[in-house]
Amino acid sequence: MEPQLSPANLQHIRVSPKFRELEVRRSRLVWALCAIVLAAYYGLMIVVAFWPDALHVPLSEGRVVTIGVPIGAAIILLSWLLTGLYVYRANTAFDALNEQILREARP
Amino acid sequence: MKRLVLATATSLLPALTSAAALAAPAVSAAEKQPLNVPAIAMFFVFVLATLGITWWAARRTKTANDFFAAGGGISGFRNGLAIAGDYMSAATLLGACALVYGRGYDGLLYVAGFFVGWPVLLFLMAERLRNLGKYTFADVISERLDRTKMRSFAALGALTVVFFYLIVQMVGAGELVQLLFNVDYDYAVVAVGVLMMVYVAFGGMIATTWVQIVKAVLLLLGGTLLGILALAEFGFSFEALAARAVAAHKSGIKIMGPGTLLADPVSTLSLSLGAVFGLAGLPHILMRFFTVPNAKEARKSVFYASGFIGYFFLLSFVLGLAAVVIVGTDPQFFQGGKVGGALIGGGNMVALHLAKALGGNLLFGFLAAVAFATILAVVAGLALAGAAAISHDLYANVLRKGRTSEKSEVRVSQIATLGIGVIAIALGLLFKGQNLAFLVALAFGIAASANFPVLLLAMYWQGLTTRGALWGGLAGLSCAVVLVILSPAVWKAVLGNPAAIFPYDHPALISMPLAFLVAYVVSKLDTSAKAASERAAFGDQYVRGQIGLGAVAAAKH
Repeated sequence: MEPQLSPANLQHIRVSPKFRELEVRRSRLVWALCAIVLAAYYGLMIVVAFWPDALHVPLSEGRVVTIGVPIGAAIILLSWLLTGLYVYRANTAFDALNEQILREARP
Repeated sequence: MKRLVLATATSLLPALTSAAALAAPAVSAAEKQPLNVPAIAMFFVFVLATLGITWWAARRTKTANDFFAAGGGISGFRNGLAIAGDYMSAATLLGACALVYGRGYDGLLYVAGFFVGWPVLLFLMAERLRNLGKYTFADVISERLDRTKMRSFAALGALTVVFFYLIVQMVGAGELVQLLFNVDYDYAVVAVGVLMMVYVAFGGMIATTWVQIVKAVLLLLGGTLLGILALAEFGFSFEALAARAVAAHKSGIKIMGPGTLLADPVSTLSLSLGAVFGLAGLPHILMRFFTVPNAKEARKSVFYASGFIGYFFLLSFVLGLAAVVIVGTDPQFFQGGKVGGALIGGGNMVALHLAKALGGNLLFGFLAAVAFATILAVVAGLALAGAAAISHDLYANVLRKGRTSEKSEVRVSQIATLGIGVIAIALGLLFKGQNLAFLVALAFGIAASANFPVLLLAMYWQGLTTRGALWGGLAGLSCAVVLVILSPAVWKAVLGNPAAIFPYDHPALISMPLAFLVAYVVSKLDTSAKAASERAAFGDQYVRGQIGLGAVAAAKH
């Protein structure tokens, strides 16, 4: 178990520059990625609702597969790749910063 | 057939959409499958293996941390598999395939909507949840707020979701087993309930986790095998498969683009809000984040879980299209041999018929056993989440105010598991043959409108007070319940009124924003001294949530 730090220590961490940096960088990434995923999905759903014919266009002349298929699959793939991106950033850069904060906080 | 697929489409996918379709047509004796020996043999192998796992897990379960969180020692990869196992119910296998079979491209759009909940869960919740909680999500929301009130609220939210979800699974299990194994519905429900009690009461989270992992691996293997066999029929060309599907389907080329299923933007928005944010309020999914050693592994689990789930969703699109060609043109799968009529066993049999067409009785038996294993694993996860809410939240923290031993906490949850099992069996028998699509809407609606808003605000918003959280959560919960009662699925389909008062089957569009609004306004208006101290305590919680200081460590063994 980590030693329980007193509220004073936690207050101290909260105003430290490293913690501020972690906080800002992480929340910037989190909100950007959330926005991309939700915009991609709801963007597609808006097309489905108002311009469904746009997704019925064949991939190329004479083919049956429409552009809608790779776009639909891409929503799933993109969402998954972005979780990968977040995990990679968080497990390397953010965790390194996190480790420094914890080290400095130890009495 | 069309009606069945519609019923499938209007309910939410992961929680056995098939229950509605399976339950709707009473299965006549003539329709039942003949006794399927390979299926039953494989099913027994699975049951014996999982009982072996339970016996092994029971010997390793010594502390409350072992029982509720598997000692916090599950790796990110294994937990990812287990999360996928918890999330992918029989409906994901059977329902998604049936949806693509009936609706083509709309089925792909539908599952994509469920998928986007995963990145959101990771970005907003996973690490803070792991850093702040111990066994249940109530740990996080009661941290700086009133312990008794918030725990009681969280237990209410968790238990309602668990029970609605459980009923659907039990009824689905009964129908499925009756259909697949030619075993009586009542026996099937009792068997599912008893096995669930054994896994959870004796093996706790360790057994539950491994049952999920085994099931997820079986599901992925079975699906992949089916996918390879299906694609081989078309020379591994998706274009060839699509061309044949278009030629065979009654809607023709229309199945390769959006149809009518998700054409109404408001209805689709309400459905997807429930699917995306409901995920972040499902107690059995949230509980899985406490089984990993730290935030790093918690994040990895979502990456692996969503990889498996996304793969399976894409696979079901391929399987559904293949079934259009292979099952949809073969008279042996239709009642009376009439191609284009009703499928034998109902709309959700598509994947199983496909297995039979591609791999004979053996593959059919394997997939049937996997479908049943899937139900068992999901109900075990639900029962454990319910038992944790009763013992950790209600008994240990509300009733005994934290003055209790680990031993008695585990004992109470074992008793609670038995209670949940008995109630689940009783409800499963009671709701036999009912159309339960609305219960799934309700479970996700409540998860998205009560559990999720309170949890999110507790972690992110300094201004949240106990009063605001309670009012907001209860407003979301009751609004979701009322709207579902007034929706077409209950008001029209169950109660037999000519028209529904609320036009949409899914309540989240109204109930989720309402929960946030009420929580915000009531918190803002709360000028009590207690509210001030609750706001002041946010800073410490915020720091610990970010950096994991003081987070529960993994047990050493």
